[in-house]
Amino acid sequence: MDFLSDHQPDILPGNRQLPPTQGVIEAPHGTTIVATTFPGGVVLAGDRRATMGNVIAQRDIEKVFPADEYSAVGIAGTAGLAVEMVKLFQLELEHFEKVEGAQLSLEGKANRLSTMIRSNLGMAMQGLAVVPIFAGFDVDRGKGRIFSYDVTGGRSEEHGFAATGSGSVFARGAMKKLYSEDLSEGQATTLVVQALYDAADDDSATGGPDVARRIYPLVTVITEDGFRRLTDEESSEIARLILERRLEQPDGPRAALL
Amino acid sequence: MSTPFYVSPQQQMADRAEYARKGIARGRSLVVLQFADGIVFVGENPSRALHKFSEIYDRIGFAAAGKYNEYENLRIGGVRYADLRGYTYDRDDVTARGLANVYAQTLGTIFSSAAEKPYEVELVVAEVGVTPEGDQLYRLPHDGSIVDEHGSVAVGGNAEQISSYLDQRHRDGMTLAEALKLAVQALSRDTNGSEREIPAERLEVAVLDRTRPQQRKFRRIVGRQLVRLLEEGSSGGAAGAAESDGSDDADGSDASEEK
Repeated sequence: MDFLSDHQPDILPGNRQLPPTQGVIEAPHGTTIVATTFPGGVVLAGDRRATMGNVIAQRDIEKVFPADEYSAVGIAGTAGLAVEMVKLFQLELEHFEKVEGAQLSLEGKANRLSTMIRSNLGMAMQGLAVVPIFAGFDVDRGKGRIFSYDVTGGRSEEHGFAATGSGSVFARGAMKKLYSEDLSEGQATTLVVQALYDAADDDSATGGPDVARRIYPLVTVITEDGFRRLTDEESSEIARLILERRLEQPDGPRAALL
Repeated sequence: MSTPFYVSPQQQMADRAEYARKGIARGRSLVVLQFADGIVFVGENPSRALHKFSEIYDRIGFAAAGKYNEYENLRIGGVRYADLRGYTYDRDDVTARGLANVYAQTLGTIFSSAAEKPYEVELVVAEVGVTPEGDQLYRLPHDGSIVDEHGSVAVGGNAEQISSYLDQRHRDGMTLAEALKLAVQALSRDTNGSEREIPAERLEVAVLDRTRPQQRKFRRIVGRQLVRLLEEGSSGGAAGAAESDGSDDADGSDASEEK
């Protein structure tokens, strides 16, 4: 990054001249990302919809990316900028690892992402914000951790679960009722798909499982063994089980009243 | 006032080449071999912190003999070149050929510039292909030339003797354990023909493994895994090739001690 800014500053996102604009630029926006920890790792998942105003811009966008072997980023906000930010972030982590011969600590990675979001503040003021969730397995502490961000790059570590994007309010509500500290990996993946279903239920910008087109939420798991993306079969199976239950109980599983 | 002596350009270049060669010869040799699933780097390196081999990009590895600070400089330059290429265009647009060219330019310029001393390094740039036919090996001597190699390469002090030993014995489609064993045998030959033992903890081993599911194919082989592979190589080799000499036993006992 430092090398780039000396050598070829024009390809860094923060250094571009912004065209004078009035109002909000119409660009595809990614919507809901959810994450939850479980003993042994962390799950990060996202729906597949991108919207542009009231139009669905893309039905099968992928918004969760591996940052390196032990971490991943899920992005909500302007899709184009977010994808570029993730690409640069991946590059930085890999570059550091190769040059120094050691991986950055998870805190280090989270801080680095924070700086990158802050450098996008100018764009964010024009309505082109990027608000990711960073999740990873902390090799030193042996557990999964989640970091959430605001548009100014403010970073906060979340304990248990987190959500970002337009449907995050509903997803967080769902997770609050379903989360417990002793989830298995399978339960954690079901939990995030449930939360995404609830988000899609109440937020028009979040896409639910699309059975007709076979488009299902993107679910990734990071454990001691590294990053793994659930195959289409695995995620469709989770979505199918949830759908079947919801045919009987449209609002999903009930939590105890007291 | 004394006038400077006239030194002919031929003599000047010969002196510089001699200087670089002597510098390289002081370091230990290392070998790079093709095997069925990729390319293996083997060298004797007592240090755990200063690596002779490293990853440049997804499919590209780097090996260097000679002066550490000089090749480390070149290595970081290579990583920067590759990462910048990959970010600006696409990951597939970073090739070993392109990288080897950049190194050749750099080394050549330094070698012929009178203001600088020549770099005392010899590099190997290797790229693992999707199939063994796609593998590429380039050797870059101190003067900035490029040699396109096949099968095996040796660089460093005792390189000529080692590479002739390897050329005779290396064949396509070896397993990793076989290739590793051959490499260790080649490295344990001294200039005067005698053999010595290289214990596993003094070996630095890395592979570019085309079967690795990740995008990045470079992997270091250390600790228990290395010991296991060395054992596998010596037992398999003893059963497979009865003609091989007593060095098998030496390797075997030496590896089991490490456990």
